[in-house]
Amino acid sequence: MLEIKNLHARIAEDETEILRGIDLTVKPGEVHAIMGPNGSGKSTLSYILAGKEDYEITEGDILFNGESLLDMEADERAAAGLFLAFQYPIEIPGVATMTFLKTALNAQRKARGEGELSTPEFMKRVKDKAAELNITMDMLKRPLNVGFSGGEKKRSEILQMSLLEPKLCVLDETDSGLDIDALRIVADGVNRLRSPDRAMVVITHYQRLLDHIVPDVVHVLSRGRIVKTGGKELALELEKNGYADYVGEQAA
Amino acid sequence: MNIETRALKTRAETDLASQYEALRASAGASVALRDKAFALFEAKGLPHRRVEEYKYSDLRAHLKSAAAPAAVASLEQSTASLAAAEAFAGVDRFRVVLDNGRLVAGLSDLEALAREGVGVTDVALLLEDEARARGVLSAPALACDDVSVALNTAFLQGGVAIAVGEGASVSKPVEIVHLASGEGARYSRVEVSLGTGAKFTLIESFAPTASSGEVNAVSNYMVGDEAELTTARLVAGGDTHVSSIFLTLGTSSRVKTLGFNVGTGFARTQSFVSFTGEHADADLLGITMLRGKGHGDQTLVVDHAVPHCNSRELFKAVVDGQAEAVFQGKIIVRPHAQKTDGRMMTQALLLSEEASMANKPELEIFADDVQCAHGATSGQIDEDLLFYLRARGIPETEARALLVLAFLAEAVEELGDEAIVAALEERVRGWLSVEA
Ligand SMILES: Nc1ncnc2c1ncn2[C@@H]1O[C@H](COP(=O)(O)OP(=O)(O)OP(=O)(O)O)[C@@H](O)[C@H]1O
Ligand SMILES: [Mg+2]
Repeated sequence: MLEIKNLHARIAEDETEILRGIDLTVKPGEVHAIMGPNGSGKSTLSYILAGKEDYEITEGDILFNGESLLDMEADERAAAGLFLAFQYPIEIPGVATMTFLKTALNAQRKARGEGELSTPEFMKRVKDKAAELNITMDMLKRPLNVGFSGGEKKRSEILQMSLLEPKLCVLDETDSGLDIDALRIVADGVNRLRSPDRAMVVITHYQRLLDHIVPDVVHVLSRGRIVKTGGKELALELEKNGYADYVGEQAA
Repeated sequence: MNIETRALKTRAETDLASQYEALRASAGASVALRDKAFALFEAKGLPHRRVEEYKYSDLRAHLKSAAAPAAVASLEQSTASLAAAEAFAGVDRFRVVLDNGRLVAGLSDLEALAREGVGVTDVALLLEDEARARGVLSAPALACDDVSVALNTAFLQGGVAIAVGEGASVSKPVEIVHLASGEGARYSRVEVSLGTGAKFTLIESFAPTASSGEVNAVSNYMVGDEAELTTARLVAGGDTHVSSIFLTLGTSSRVKTLGFNVGTGFARTQSFVSFTGEHADADLLGITMLRGKGHGDQTLVVDHAVPHCNSRELFKAVVDGQAEAVFQGKIIVRPHAQKTDGRMMTQALLLSEEASMANKPELEIFADDVQCAHGATSGQIDEDLLFYLRARGIPETEARALLVLAFLAEAVEELGDEAIVAALEERVRGWLSVEA
């Protein structure tokens, strides 16, 4: 589903290299966790997947279902089935949450040649998914994310993901800022989406999310490179020993 | 250097002088009032950039020539023009139609308005009697030396006077549709008076004029004690448009106005607001959307002459291409107008490198126990917001439109009338869907 080949990327503005040769293959049905120290490039990788324009790819390629993502705009990637749950979801004053959800869903359907959803059908879907995530209708009446608490914003991201039903879900620290109950609600929401033809890349610092969303593969990203790949036990080991071993290897 | 000895020297100015000479002969009962107004123009000429109030809107430089006053439109012409003026088609309203400055009774809902107890009078008829003409043509004090207003008086073709009686509440909004059929200049007057406790919603819409068309419109809204007025005013394009609006608020009255200017030509809307009774409250909203080489000026003078009144001014501009938006806002608080609350905000969203916004806020405060403030911001579309929307599959054009609508939302929604707000939002969407 996703093939990242020797990806090198830098910040377009000042040419600082952030990603220095990433290789990563994710197959349908798999869940990959990416862990790594602060500033190692995890969010940068997620932004580059989603199509943010602040970065320049200097080498390598990203294939999504066999096609290169590099020439596609962010909205085309989304319509093709890629979804990024942001580490820091932003507030958009003046844009009603419902209007936003409906515009996004219908834009994607249109891009895929499907018909628009009727308003009642759309409302029903939103209500069902919102209820599962403990999101009140009152929150949905507000402008997008405006005044939402940190945890509410993260749940709002998962609501969007559940509605848009992407093929590849990239979750950037969706667990940060969630209380214990919210973590379970969000994890359940994510697990409901797990299916043999959908893949997930979960970026996190903590094992506790991976207790709920059990990964097939765990990667350690350090200074823009994947320095270690293992099974779910790798996360447990990191929790115990920290990154010292892997960061050290790199520094040499 | 030559000292300027004659005020009238540009082609447009001499055009106006000869046009007035021709008009004068048939001016009848109103000739003395017109002469007086025209004398002001003769002394000052067209306003230019060295006239402080017109610093950013040099009418003299803009107007290369002056179109002759437009002829009376035929009913067929007016009917065709009206069919094209559909900006508020979705609003259940009564219509009063003016074409080329004159009331078209046959296309107006006069009988329905009469049944509502609303008095509608043809301004052209008032001009036939000197005493009544004086009532219409005496320029309000705040702009007694404004040349645009003087030209409107001198060349006035007609208009409409609407009187809403004491305690009356009109069941639907009234739209005054200003049509422009054929070529020429239009000079119209709208007089609206609300009796004590009356409630009224008014729309004024200006259809785009032909390329050489000019519009000089004056509206005078008199809001009685405890009365409530909501008005939306849409100026949609045209080559040269100057509107002057006078708004007088009585004791405990409530007013919400929205001036909506969208176009590619030269447009100036100047509003003169005076508080004459205590505890009145005005929300003065403005939206300007420009592209191409458009020039849109919203100028505002708010005169707090009495204590305990609130005014809130919110003006937003969306500017694309090489267009320039102007906002000039002056709040005057007279010495005894204590407890005045005046807050003025202007915000611009610049959609291109060459788009610009000129801002001139002024507070002239002569009382000590007041709360007055002004603020101004100017910026571009936030790329992070745009990315967020696009990352959810919303294509760029649509995402930008959502953000522009979001930027304007506050100013549009504040008006409160849902159907009118919906019509204006539709107008915004229409503007955004046209490629620059
Ligand atoms: N647009 C940018 N401008 C400047 N620096 C940037 C930009 N984007 C990323 N960086 C830098 O790139 C490095 C990687 O940042 P990134 O956000 O990808 O880290 P991360 O692994 O997600 O860290 P964290 O665990 O703290 O979320 C950091 O040093 C960051 O400061
Ligand atoms: Mg990060």
